[in-house]
Amino acid sequence: MSFKNYCFKKSLWLFHFGGASCNNCDIEILDCLTPRYDLERFGMVLVGSIRHADVLLVNGSINKRDKPRLLELYNQAPKPILVVAIGACGCTGGIFAQGNTFAGPVDKIIPVDAYVPGCPPKPEAIIAGIMHLLNKK
Amino acid sequence: MAKDLLYYLIFPGLIFISVAGGLLSGFDRKITAWLQFRKGPPLIQPFYDFLKLLLVKETIIPARGSVLTFLAAPVFAFAGALISGLLILLPGFGFKPGFSGDVIVVFYMLTIPSLTYIIGALAAGNPLASVGASREMKLIISYELTFLLIIAAVILKAGNTIRISDIIQAQVEQGAFIGSISGLLLFIAAVFCIQAKLGLVPFDMAEAETEINHGAFIEYSGTAYALIKLAKYIMFFILPAFICVILLGGISLNGIQVLWTILKIMGVVLLITLIRNTNPRVKIDQAMRFFFIWMNLLVIIAIVLILFGL
Ligand code: SF4
Repeated sequence: MSFKNYCFKKSLWLFHFGGASCNNCDIEILDCLTPRYDLERFGMVLVGSIRHADVLLVNGSINKRDKPRLLELYNQAPKPILVVAIGACGCTGGIFAQGNTFAGPVDKIIPVDAYVPGCPPKPEAIIAGIMHLLNKK
Repeated sequence: MAKDLLYYLIFPGLIFISVAGGLLSGFDRKITAWLQFRKGPPLIQPFYDFLKLLLVKETIIPARGSVLTFLAAPVFAFAGALISGLLILLPGFGFKPGFSGDVIVVFYMLTIPSLTYIIGALAAGNPLASVGASREMKLIISYELTFLLIIAAVILKAGNTIRISDIIQAQVEQGAFIGSISGLLLFIAAVFCIQAKLGLVPFDMAEAETEINHGAFIEYSGTAYALIKLAKYIMFFILPAFICVILLGGISLNGIQVLWTILKIMGVVLLITLIRNTNPRVKIDQAMRFFFIWMNLLVIIAIVLILFGL
């Protein structure tokens, strides 16, 4: 593992994109940053601007209105950027997959590096997913 | 000549200042985590952040921005922070006598990072960045007068000398300035000033993450943001060191004094971290009122006390 890669993995800044979700996954993501789970142990912080992001967390189903916004965010992000699809909605569309506004799961729109299934996934599962991502690279 | 280069680049120059600033920022994050009952990132987390931004990330130039100004601003911010650091530390550690008037030059140099943040933000062509820049501008207007009055009071207290090494010498002779009532008042005002200069929580409206998404820095990425981060780390070390020099009896490298110096600087950092973690963000007009009325009043009382010899 090169030095560059090591620094990158030690300091991942997260940007949270909530699609048309039921809002439960959003809360579970925020749970990861609370004192009990404390993702900042691994150097991860939530940032407010996509220009600072290293990881794009996408949750919720992506409908026709979200799609151009998600694409725009992905294009505006400084590379390299990792994308994590969170929840059943992010991975496959979940219960919204049959809806008539549904515009495809996340990986039809942008390349996804890790999937965290669950409805909603527990904070432990999200942390495990991110750790998986770190070990994969 | 070679010795000068060594001073400027290694100790107490570029490398030392950056490493100390990074460690102090890590200390600040660790204390913040402990206050919130978390474990917190490792102490050297700021270095990972900096190296990641510098080596790995791509630098994006906003489409509607002015390229040269946008990219030059972080370089000037870093240079201004570094020069003020050298001007404080070289006489502070006694490597060089300094020159007459260096405390005033330091005052101007310490403003440069904030000014360049404003210029860079306005060059980014982003409305949120403009909001951040305008708030930063108002903040500078409010705390700069207080800061200048503090320096004036210190000059008065040190017997009308405008040279850093003489100010330290005066404190060696009469004891640290903070030991007197006027010195204590000056210290309180100075801590709030550096809080605002560093953009920490009661006065972080210029980069309010939850409100305007990092405001002035919203468009920065990659190397440019790395330089801004570095300037911020340097300021995090330099401003407490400056307080130690002008009010807490100076910094020194002789024997056991090193320990005292480190403790003093860490004490000031601890104080600003505690203030930052126990206060909400104030509005810009509240901050202006706070500095214009209350802090200026405090410093003026201190100046009057100094004139009476207290
Ligand atoms: S995966 Fe489940 S919990 Fe998450 S947004 Fe979809 S429906 Fe809600």
